[in-house]
Amino acid sequence: MKKWHELVPGAVILEGGSAVRFKTGSWRAFKPLWIKENCIQCLFCWMYCPDMSVTVQDGKMTGFDYDYCKGCGICALECPGKKGNKAIIMEEEGK
Amino acid sequence: MSTELKLKELSKKEDLFTHGHRMCAGCGAPIIVKMVLLAAEHPVIAANATGCLEVSSCISEYTAWKIPWIHTAFENAAATISGVETMYRAYKKKGKMDKDVKFIAFGGDGGTYDIGFQSLSGAMERGHDMLYICYDNGAYMNTGIQRSSATPRGADTTTCPAGSVIPGKPQRRKDLTRIMAAHNIPYAAQAAPSHWLDLMKKVRKALSAGGPTFMNIISPCNRGWRSKTDDAIALSRLAVETCYWPLYEVENGETRLTFKPKTKKPLIEFLKPQGRFKHLFAPENEQRLKQLEADIDAEWQRLLKESAG
Amino acid sequence: MQKVVAVTGNEAVANALRQANPDVCAAYPITPATDMMQRFASFVSNGEVDTELILVESEHSSMSACIGASAAGGRVITATSSQGLALMWEMLHIASGDNLPIIMPVVNRALSAPLNIHGDHSDAMGARDTGWIQLWSEDAQEAYDNTIQAFRIGEHLALRLPVMINLDGFIISHSIERMEYLEDKAVEDFIGEFKVVNALLDLDKPKSYGPLILPDLYIEYKRLQHEIMSRVKGVVLDVAEDFEKLSGRKYGLFESYRLEDAEVGLVIMSSAAGTAKDVVDSLRVKGIKAGLLKPRLFRPFPYGEMAASLQNLKAVAVMDRADSFGGYGPVFMEVSSALYGSSKRPALINKIYGLGGRDFLPAHAEETFLELVDIAKGGGIKTIKEYIGVRQ
Ligand code: SF4
Ligand code: SF4
Repeated sequence: MKKWHELVPGAVILEGGSAVRFKTGSWRAFKPLWIKENCIQCLFCWMYCPDMSVTVQDGKMTGFDYDYCKGCGICALECPGKKGNKAIIMEEEGK
Repeated sequence: MSTELKLKELSKKEDLFTHGHRMCAGCGAPIIVKMVLLAAEHPVIAANATGCLEVSSCISEYTAWKIPWIHTAFENAAATISGVETMYRAYKKKGKMDKDVKFIAFGGDGGTYDIGFQSLSGAMERGHDMLYICYDNGAYMNTGIQRSSATPRGADTTTCPAGSVIPGKPQRRKDLTRIMAAHNIPYAAQAAPSHWLDLMKKVRKALSAGGPTFMNIISPCNRGWRSKTDDAIALSRLAVETCYWPLYEVENGETRLTFKPKTKKPLIEFLKPQGRFKHLFAPENEQRLKQLEADIDAEWQRLLKESAG
Repeated sequence: MQKVVAVTGNEAVANALRQANPDVCAAYPITPATDMMQRFASFVSNGEVDTELILVESEHSSMSACIGASAAGGRVITATSSQGLALMWEMLHIASGDNLPIIMPVVNRALSAPLNIHGDHSDAMGARDTGWIQLWSEDAQEAYDNTIQAFRIGEHLALRLPVMINLDGFIISHSIERMEYLEDKAVEDFIGEFKVVNALLDLDKPKSYGPLILPDLYIEYKRLQHEIMSRVKGVVLDVAEDFEKLSGRKYGLFESYRLEDAEVGLVIMSSAAGTAKDVVDSLRVKGIKAGLLKPRLFRPFPYGEMAASLQNLKAVAVMDRADSFGGYGPVFMEVSSALYGSSKRPALINKIYGLGGRDFLPAHAEETFLELVDIAKGGGIKTIKEYIGVRQ
């Protein structure tokens, strides 16, 4: 921990987005799993994730960032999947 | 540098609100913040009222904000951002700034409907070029689910607990969106994160209105609503489809519904999954449930009439 | 070159604010500060300043807007009084906690209830622990000079602290006095360009203001705040030295009046000090070794310097134009704290005077001095805290 004379006066945080150094993945009780073959690349999971934990590259869903995903399950619930088969399912952690 | 409002295109934009924030799992507020910042086409500076979003997004030396951001107190996000916006105008006047910047204040319903209402009204009347966004979760969630003037009638909160004599909040909720529209600001709207495209279009309209604008966005809270962690978007959708939370805008005085459900779903579909309304389904509380339904229906009918011109 | 004028305190301070040419001013009317901001608004309307004005709906919003504007990165002012300062109270702590050099003249007035619009020090004394620098002024000239110096002090890179410039409601704010104005260019050069630190408007380096700080760091931030406050005295003295070169007028942490060889003395601030100085002179003629100390910098309080100036007196009365119900007056508490550590110290009494605009008369000062003379002779202290000028 910092000593008082090492702090920024006014408690101003000078580094935008420094929260990336705070990993919230350990909060998770359930874990989203991606079933690629059922994915239609609608990106709803990406848009609705409250924790910016659905990874997307070049406009395509590629998986999850488990360092931050809190396991809320929104992505799984909102995933339309293919022909009624979800592309995201939730699995209990440590299983 | 306007990005098309398509998910594929939007997903290429930088997240200006990062992971590592400490909102509860499944909270609606960060989804809203993300959508708002994705919709913005200019650099944004934000102010935040004290509340869940504020305490969870900027703790110690960790900030989830990649944009300039300021929190000062609970009741004054609108006044605070009005100061920032005014300094920006001073910079512009002196030629110290060439970029166009947009100013957004975020507040929960406590910081907006209640304690921050005067500050909000003042800032709107003064005509600052700013968008005020209320993420409305219908109670003081940060301090432990106390009722606010945005809490719907009948809801069970820690300060209007459903008891044997008083079955939840006796009063109807304040219609803040309409009150803000009555300030004759260029743009006021209601939105929901389930309807992301509608929400983002409204943000763009608001930010380009060139004056004070207001958006009220429903923000499901699984702790306070006593629902599941995965249903924020589902409940947001039900709120819209049952007309509990009509999507509309008031642009230069003209009211327009931006979404009309083909068939209005029964309100109980929205209420049932939420523990805060559980007691309303006991036979002795039927009256309160009816009142709530009547509130929602009256608001919907009024909007239908108003938007019909 | 200075210009001799006959103006009110409010007019003089408004002129100093004009000369500082702030970027943003947020204002809300309150008696007796109102006409200072009215005058400033007319400078804005007539293009005599570059300032953007925010006419807020309350003092709470006024200070909130000042904080937003200051964090955005520029020179910011407001002014208030009494209930207005009380309504700002929450935000005063945030302005100082965020290290924002907001400059605010406070036209001192009583606090309700009962309602009273006249001068006393209850408002600013109630705000003494908000982390603001406080300068106090005896007359319009001092209010003007303090306002100009306040920009240099608050905006100093070692401080970046908000400053309150105090002047007595009506007695100073509304009375016309002869005084001297500095030239615009001289003031502009003296204050200098605003130096931007951690500006929100610096889009390339996004900052967050106002984090939640948990028990593991909060006290460290407060320790840092204390440290910054402890640098103020030095800056105040440096700025005063430069100001003397410019104006010929000398300022310090406080003013000592005939104190060197005094046996009895008053500690008295603001306009009443003028009245008391005349009494000191007349007592000196009568052979009474009277003197006076007029505090200028009340926050941070110059404990050591004040103790050194007062310790050799035999008896001192600390005059408070504000009260702490159930306690001693606020100035008394500080002066007695200052003297506690001295091996030699005078007998100390506390007089509460002039609340709600009650006149402070030469007779009040004289009466107090005579009581001090009696104490100095070994007569003993009858009552430590007493009210003067009260109908019994
Ligand atoms: S479970 Fe929740 S936090 Fe994790 S990726 Fe899905 S939506 Fe995001
Ligand atoms: S919501 Fe489901 S189908 Fe759509 S992109 Fe995500 S995983 Fe694929």
